[in-house]
Amino acid sequence: MSDITAGPVPTPTASRRAPISTTGPWAWARANLFSGWASTAVTLLLAYFIITWALGFIDWAFVNAIWSVPNNQTQACRDLKGVGACWAVITEKHRFILFGTYPYEEQWRPLLVCLLFIGLYIVSAMRRFWRAELGLIWIVTLAVIGVLMWGGVLSMSFVPQERWGGLPITLILSTFGIAFAFPLSILVALGRRSKMPAIKMICIVYVELIRGVPLISLLFMASVMFPLFLPDGMNIDKLLRAQVAIILFAAAYLAEVVRAGLQALPKGQYEAADAMGLSYWQKTGLIVLPQALRTVIPPLVNTFIGFFKDTSLVLIIGIFDLLTAGKTAIVEPAWQGFGVEVYIFIALIYFCFCFAMSRYSQSLEATLNNRRR
Amino acid sequence: MSSTIDPRLLRAPPKKGLRLSWADERFRAIVWQVLIVSAIVFVIWWLVRNTQHNLEVRRIATGFGFLGREAGLPIGESLISYTPRDTYLRALTVGVLNTLNVAVVGVVLATIFGTVIGIARLSKNWLVGRIATIYVEVIRDVPLLLQLLFWYTILQSLPGPRQAINPATGVFLSNRGLKLPFFHWESAHTAAFGAFVIGCVALWFVAKQLRAKQYADGQPRALWPWALGLLLGLPIAVWLVLGAPFTTDIPALRGFNFSGGLNVSPEYFALLIGLVTYTAGFIAEIVRAGILAVHQGQWEAAQALGLHRGQVLNRIVLPQALRVIVPPMTSQFLNLTKNSSLAVAIGYQDIVSIANTTLNQTGQAIEGIAIIMGVYLTISLSISLFMNWYNARITLVER
Repeated sequence: MSDITAGPVPTPTASRRAPISTTGPWAWARANLFSGWASTAVTLLLAYFIITWALGFIDWAFVNAIWSVPNNQTQACRDLKGVGACWAVITEKHRFILFGTYPYEEQWRPLLVCLLFIGLYIVSAMRRFWRAELGLIWIVTLAVIGVLMWGGVLSMSFVPQERWGGLPITLILSTFGIAFAFPLSILVALGRRSKMPAIKMICIVYVELIRGVPLISLLFMASVMFPLFLPDGMNIDKLLRAQVAIILFAAAYLAEVVRAGLQALPKGQYEAADAMGLSYWQKTGLIVLPQALRTVIPPLVNTFIGFFKDTSLVLIIGIFDLLTAGKTAIVEPAWQGFGVEVYIFIALIYFCFCFAMSRYSQSLEATLNNRRR
Repeated sequence: MSSTIDPRLLRAPPKKGLRLSWADERFRAIVWQVLIVSAIVFVIWWLVRNTQHNLEVRRIATGFGFLGREAGLPIGESLISYTPRDTYLRALTVGVLNTLNVAVVGVVLATIFGTVIGIARLSKNWLVGRIATIYVEVIRDVPLLLQLLFWYTILQSLPGPRQAINPATGVFLSNRGLKLPFFHWESAHTAAFGAFVIGCVALWFVAKQLRAKQYADGQPRALWPWALGLLLGLPIAVWLVLGAPFTTDIPALRGFNFSGGLNVSPEYFALLIGLVTYTAGFIAEIVRAGILAVHQGQWEAAQALGLHRGQVLNRIVLPQALRVIVPPMTSQFLNLTKNSSLAVAIGYQDIVSIANTTLNQTGQAIEGIAIIMGVYLTISLSISLFMNWYNARITLVER
């Protein structure tokens, strides 16, 4: 090092601050809010509307709101209609909206079920649990959920399906729906790319038929048409029939997502697996699916969000999910007319679940893209 | 067989006969297909047999004979004349038209609104971008059915006709729906509308001709005089020739309700608001992705060539963005159409609602659901055929 002659060492000058006009909140505001006369006008106009609206909303939702009323005396709420929110309807009815007609003293069970579901989602979302054991965790948790809901063992009283309702029904329909639809969709997607013409045809007809009709028509089919299909004496519960309709519906959409992943996989992977002498199922299970599914995880999560929202359609065939429970809660004469408050409450619950999932999907997409680069 | 003359056949790989062995891939394929197809056929046969038995036991009629019978179901709004004494076939037609009505208007409005939101998300103005982002996030994460019920509740809690909100002359918003001023529709207006359609077609041909001429000699020719003449001048001329009828029809409060004007029922209005705001959230994301997909260099290159901003957008950016936008947009249009079936929850009488009433009245569930599915399959297939054709037109032709 010593033989390197040092050139003229630049004398360190005191670092100067950037001019105030290019940094700080003022410069930021000038660049992003007031960059021209048009932009300034839009900003001011929007700000005016937002502030007016927000003040009005705060007045309605918090300042003038009524949080509870003594034993169903809703006159105070009615006097303030349009001026203040009547959150008393939530205070009074939240147990009914969340758990439906489940026996009141036993409602810790559906509460525990909801927590188990949320725990299951969180565990499934963590990448360190993406192993074969995850399937086992799912089976065990779903079994525990079934025991908790039905009861009849461990000194828990038996609760028939007709009494179930609210959030657990929404979570059951969406979770079981995806748990069964996902494997089915993989089979259908593989079938659609199969070289066997008959199987390919069946899969195409199935997917296109289901995707061409609205979910309601399938739910109607499950509720009014399906009983005609079964022999005498054989009767399947309405909830199960709706669940099957949702599974069949979800599988068709998921199959298209999975197929996109299969198509994105380079042909060399298939050929290499063939060259190794792997059988079709070895090739599919060990080489193709692990790579194909990984690429489509973000769209899969987006499809899951769609199904989570779509389970609310069971309202139309009268199954007691979260939305139906909310709609039923305001049928009682004392509480009629407070639909807006109840719908906002339910919308918040749906939003929390869907927003968490969509944020998760975005972060996952970012990490997967980083890894690929 | 041994004396084949054609030498090309000799080079072809020897065609193996089908061996009846599990080791032969083709044999396995045939066995699997036969097994699966026969299993499906068996299940269908079993279901059909059960159904036939059940229908006989319950004495439910089959077939579409009921279509000719008197429906006796009242329908609130209809595009064609309808009374409860008409047949089921006419009632179902009204339902299909109502579905198409809300779907077409919804698709147009959702495309416009969604595009605006999508562009707003890319705005340089921080506030505009933020608001658009919040809108998209909130609207997409709440079930559509819940939103529809919400809008319907809001519309129903509006004041009655006597205290109707009156933001402009002739516009009334009450719990009976939205009333808008209109004019008496006469045959001259229909003729003028027909002239407008003809003008559109003619303009398309003119534009094609002008482009061909420009390619031939390089001289740009203005299209706008033609557009003005064909789209505006022609309909106005037809209207004037037919006597220029125009009488305004302004809604006015008579007794307990309004008369006159254009009536938008609360059910239709709630369904339209719900469908448009919800679908616009998805369309906004598609538009944003499409615009972002066009490389910044394309803008710069076009500007370097001396094109002005409108030309850059029209000739360079949009054609490339559309390639990314059109396929997912198709599925949003299909979704909107299928989602319009949620009308049944708020009492707008679309095809699902009317078919549902029909199957309750006649007890013929299979036929009722078959009609619903048939209608939606037809609409879905038509939209995807049209969009596939359009998509094929705008895709990049690669060598």
